[in-house]
Amino acid sequence: MEYFLIIISAIFVNNIVLAQFLGICPFLGVSNKLSTATGMSGAVCFVITLSTLVTWLINHYLLEPFQLEFLQTIAFILVIAALVQMVEIILKKISPSLYQALGIFLPLITTNCAVLGVAINVVTKQFTFGGEPHMLNLAESLVYAFATSLGYGLAMVIFAGIREHLALNDVPKSFKGVPIALVTVGILAMAFMGFSGMVK
Amino acid sequence: MSNRMKLISGGLVKNNPTFVLLLGMCPTLATTTSAINGLSMGLATLFVLVLSNMAISAIAPAVPDKVHIPVYIVVIATFVTLLQLLMQAFTPAIYETLGLFIPLIVVNCIVLGRAEAFASKNGVLDSACDGIGVGLGFTLSLTVLGLVREILGAGSIFGWSFLGGRDGMLAFVLAPGAFICLGYLMVLFNKLFNKEK
Amino acid sequence: MAKESNLKNMALVLTLVCLFCSAVLGGAYALTKKPIDAAAAEKTAKAVGAVLPEFDETSYESVEALGKTYNYYKAVKGDETVGYAVESTTSGFGGNLSLMVGITADGVVYNTTVLSHSETPGLGAKCSTDEHFMAQWKGLNPSEKILKVKQDNGDIDAITASTITSRAYTLAVANALAVVAALNKEEKSNE
Repeated sequence: MEYFLIIISAIFVNNIVLAQFLGICPFLGVSNKLSTATGMSGAVCFVITLSTLVTWLINHYLLEPFQLEFLQTIAFILVIAALVQMVEIILKKISPSLYQALGIFLPLITTNCAVLGVAINVVTKQFTFGGEPHMLNLAESLVYAFATSLGYGLAMVIFAGIREHLALNDVPKSFKGVPIALVTVGILAMAFMGFSGMVK
Repeated sequence: MSNRMKLISGGLVKNNPTFVLLLGMCPTLATTTSAINGLSMGLATLFVLVLSNMAISAIAPAVPDKVHIPVYIVVIATFVTLLQLLMQAFTPAIYETLGLFIPLIVVNCIVLGRAEAFASKNGVLDSACDGIGVGLGFTLSLTVLGLVREILGAGSIFGWSFLGGRDGMLAFVLAPGAFICLGYLMVLFNKLFNKEK
Repeated sequence: MAKESNLKNMALVLTLVCLFCSAVLGGAYALTKKPIDAAAAEKTAKAVGAVLPEFDETSYESVEALGKTYNYYKAVKGDETVGYAVESTTSGFGGNLSLMVGITADGVVYNTTVLSHSETPGLGAKCSTDEHFMAQWKGLNPSEKILKVKQDNGDIDAITASTITSRAYTLAVANALAVVAALNKEEKSNE
């Protein structure tokens, strides 16, 4: 039951883009076409889950025992950068087709604040999900990270769909491009606010 | 001298990181619930930007090409952590309000972008000026956005309420208002400064 | 400009930079640790001072109650216990709502203050600014009032459009009262 709440909360209620403002740059950058949006979402999903696993372990078994929590930021960003690089190399070797699909998005992910944001959130914030406030254990963290990235994908795909239509419309000159996109995201965020309060 | 002034003023309008270059969107949207919050976030970024620009321009000639990105990231992350520690010690209230977005300065594309595009190719003083210019541009945009959202959403200016305790249009303090306000401010900026476009 | 890369200088530069940076941060951490702890201590001291009547000193203790651990400050003046400041956390609308609830020795709420919250700005966040909402906790006697919001047939005025936050706040106060009741009972049985 709790896992179900985590998933609903992470995808809809606290959607990472529309409610938490993380990962906006790539969200605006690659959502022009539905196909690139799905590609990017796939890559983000992969990296967020993997990096949360590694950073959780590092924090729990390396930083906390030695009281080095103040090195979190620097350690996590290095891990994420290295991980992205490694995933890129491994994918290239073992699954060229997947690499073809995700490859170009991978280098962009290091500076996607959604990845670092989720990694830091998971080890520093207390979550409730209906029960008592507590720190997330490894399994919960992974479910949370995965669901969050699904939420990212959802927002991205919805937005890309809207944007494909937007491109065909006659928009006032000053609004062309990013401004109208931002206003559209605003309306999308308003729609997602309808979910707020559903899972505490 | 005038050259350095140009570097500083360039970041304010011509290369405004928020409205023109569209960089660092996440903190721009997330921390501008009020003018004060926007201003603090802008200054925090300015701090990291100036110091990391200076440090990177100093060490750039000695860094091998293939590892320059990891080295820059480590340098930036160091200054961010330094900022975190200082803020926790001396401005704990602001640190709490800005929360997650302080460590996330590390992945703010403005900082790495300036390191890569400017600091690695220029001298320490020029890089500092560039950092100040871009940082001030960022601070200015965040403060303006925060101010607009505060006026519309909470009916106050820098915490001073002019509605006599009544509510403003709350949507502007919440997530949707952030996106919509930024969209409209961008339109305004385009109209004012990019007439030829 | 940038040097040519070979394995040796890449490894060397990366190691040196990392070593230097961690050394700087280690030093900064050691230097800022004291002010950081002091700032945190000052914040709690201020919260305790705000929710309890005058006292000489406090002791920080914890107790098992209502199925979890509660931390509280016991305030003493002379030989007498003035009251307890209980840290009470419940889940509000946007996340955890953490309160410091001051309860005097006779079981009456003296005052409350918000330690941390993640409620919606302009709505639930008013729980730490709305004067009417905050005033109703001062001197609240749990035997005279039903500790529920009016929407749930209680006596507490909720913040407009923020019933969930108000409910969480009310629950946090009620929990704190229960904790102090348990403490008082324990003390009596010890006598």
